Amino acid sequence: MPLISVENLSRRYLMGGETIHALRDVSLAIESGEYLAIMGPSGSGKSTLMNLLGCLDSPSSGRYELNGSRVSEMDDDQLAEIRNREIGFVFQTFNLLPRSTALQNVELPLVYSGMPAVARRQRAIEVLAQVGLAERMQHKPNELSGGQRQRVAIARALVTRPSIILADEPTGNLDSRTGDEIMSLFAELSVNGNTVILVTHEEEIARHTRRIIRIRDGLIASDQTNISPPPTPGAHTDTGQPMVP
Amino acid sequence: MSKASPIRLSELLESARMAIESVRSHKLRSALTLLGVMVGVFSIILVMTTMRAMQRSIEGELAALGANTFQIQRWPALSFGGPGSWEKYGRRKPISMSDLRLLQERATLAIAVAAQDNLASGEASSRFDTTPPNVRLIGATAGVFPARNWNMKEGRPILDADVESATEVCVLGSGLEENLFPFGSALGERIKMDGIPYRVVGVLEKKGALGGSSQDNFAVIPLTTGLNRYGRIWRSIELLVQAQDLQRYEDTVEQVRGILRTARKVPPGAEDDFDLFSNDSLISQFQSFTLTARIGVAAVSSIALIAAGIGIMNIMLVSVTERTREIGIRRAIGARKRNILTQFLTEAVVLCELGGLIGVAAGLIAGNIAAQVLNLPVVIPVDWVFLGLLICSAVGIIFGVYPATKAANLDPIESLRYE
Repeated sequence: MPLISVENLSRRYLMGGETIHALRDVSLAIESGEYLAIMGPSGSGKSTLMNLLGCLDSPSSGRYELNGSRVSEMDDDQLAEIRNREIGFVFQTFNLLPRSTALQNVELPLVYSGMPAVARRQRAIEVLAQVGLAERMQHKPNELSGGQRQRVAIARALVTRPSIILADEPTGNLDSRTGDEIMSLFAELSVNGNTVILVTHEEEIARHTRRIIRIRDGLIASDQTNISPPPTPGAHTDTGQPMVP
Repeated sequence: MSKASPIRLSELLESARMAIESVRSHKLRSALTLLGVMVGVFSIILVMTTMRAMQRSIEGELAALGANTFQIQRWPALSFGGPGSWEKYGRRKPISMSDLRLLQERATLAIAVAAQDNLASGEASSRFDTTPPNVRLIGATAGVFPARNWNMKEGRPILDADVESATEVCVLGSGLEENLFPFGSALGERIKMDGIPYRVVGVLEKKGALGGSSQDNFAVIPLTTGLNRYGRIWRSIELLVQAQDLQRYEDTVEQVRGILRTARKVPPGAEDDFDLFSNDSLISQFQSFTLTARIGVAAVSSIALIAAGIGIMNIMLVSVTERTREIGIRRAIGARKRNILTQFLTEAVVLCELGGLIGVAAGLIAGNIAAQVLNLPVVIPVDWVFLGLLICSAVGIIFGVYPATKAANLDPIESLRYE
């Protein structure tokens, strides 16, 4: 059974008495461990799809199953729990809490999942080390560079061991060199068995993934395997961590 | 999956930490908001501390009577009526020695009936020293000693025989003894008051000083001796009646009241033309008087607290708007509506409690300074401290609910997009 199974998913908005079809009857299956990109110009419905996949929003009709749970029929509290347990968000603007340290930011999802403080701290430190920020845990976001902030955000996404990592234009606010570093971090996560979904409008970024889904006017325009992904980073990465396939 | 998990302690701690952080990062704004709560709680604690100190001191002075004892006199012991009511008491017939004898004869339920009167206040002198003119001279019968819990330090009390033959003996309060006879026992010595000599036959145990003036600065002589010297006409004495035990106390009061009403020809249905009170009735009278003052303070304070609460609500609404994005982030990584609600409620309560703690501390300090100035004992009204802090929490919750609900109901997608 696929990790994500979407059938005839639609999302309609009512705006000024007019119904807007942001997403029309989208069907989709994503297996565990896949590394894919959802692409499309702005207004195509890719953000709507991301919000639905990320359980931030509920569909107007259709069925969405994530890891065996019928997400499309859940109430607000259950969705919050699914977001906490199954989904790790990475945003374009990092979205870290400005007054908390890197460590506190990474700990936060575990606060909501109710993990005891000691175990929580330990797990957060572990994940921060994994993204190469062991030295900067006590720094606040404004004391970190853009790339470091995004690493904190990725650590926060990973800390609950979610089923999917959902990244929305993760390199959009970074220069190209830092962007490449972040992309190789995603590649590494994918190699380690995480399911990674990138939402982007940049071909350059999508090229790193192994499957590209293109959205246009609320419909899936194409869904193809990327025949020429760049070679996954070798055993040597900038995190200094050995690769575990 | 568990549908309703309880609010966890770790989450509350996290909320409290965030709250303190946010207070710290907006120092001036928070301080101004706190000020309202502070003033409200300050006024409550200040008045309650002062009142409690006053009450402590007055209760100590009122507790002069012994167990199961009540007192009858022409003037009320505590009067809050003002000059208008003095005329009413002035018309009352004085209580005389014949009333005493009548009660001794007919009040079968009482084990002792005694009489006393404050005869004069003046200077007393011994061969060693002369006091300032503030020594009270009390005339008493033998029964007054047990009725007022007067115990002998040395010598003997006034006896029935002294009263019958109006002897010129006296018993000294311990304060007066120390002043007049600093070098040794007073027994057998002579003192003079108003030029009249008395032989000291006993000294009372110390009762202590309350409210600054010594309770023990007096001399007791036989009531009859005093009445002979200072006159009987228009003098109203005070009667002390001791009941056998607590069960028969009420019956004794009723019997005594009946005897006196008959003797003084009070028509049925009319008010007593004398005042009858015990320690307890005096204390409850005092409390019912201060109740008015306490209600007044409560009303003023609650207005201050409501104003403070509106300030809190305003600040919390600003805070929710400012932190829309943070709310979105928290919702995205798994916070339930309830978690957000808890966070903002905690913040409102923390704000109020900070103000409350400062207000309590300032109120206690100011109240006790006031007590010191009024020569009253230092007190900490623990119940009011807790009640004050509880009220703060209540204000935080009541005025925090709306902003917190607003925060909890923000749409996660919209708030993530908020700039």
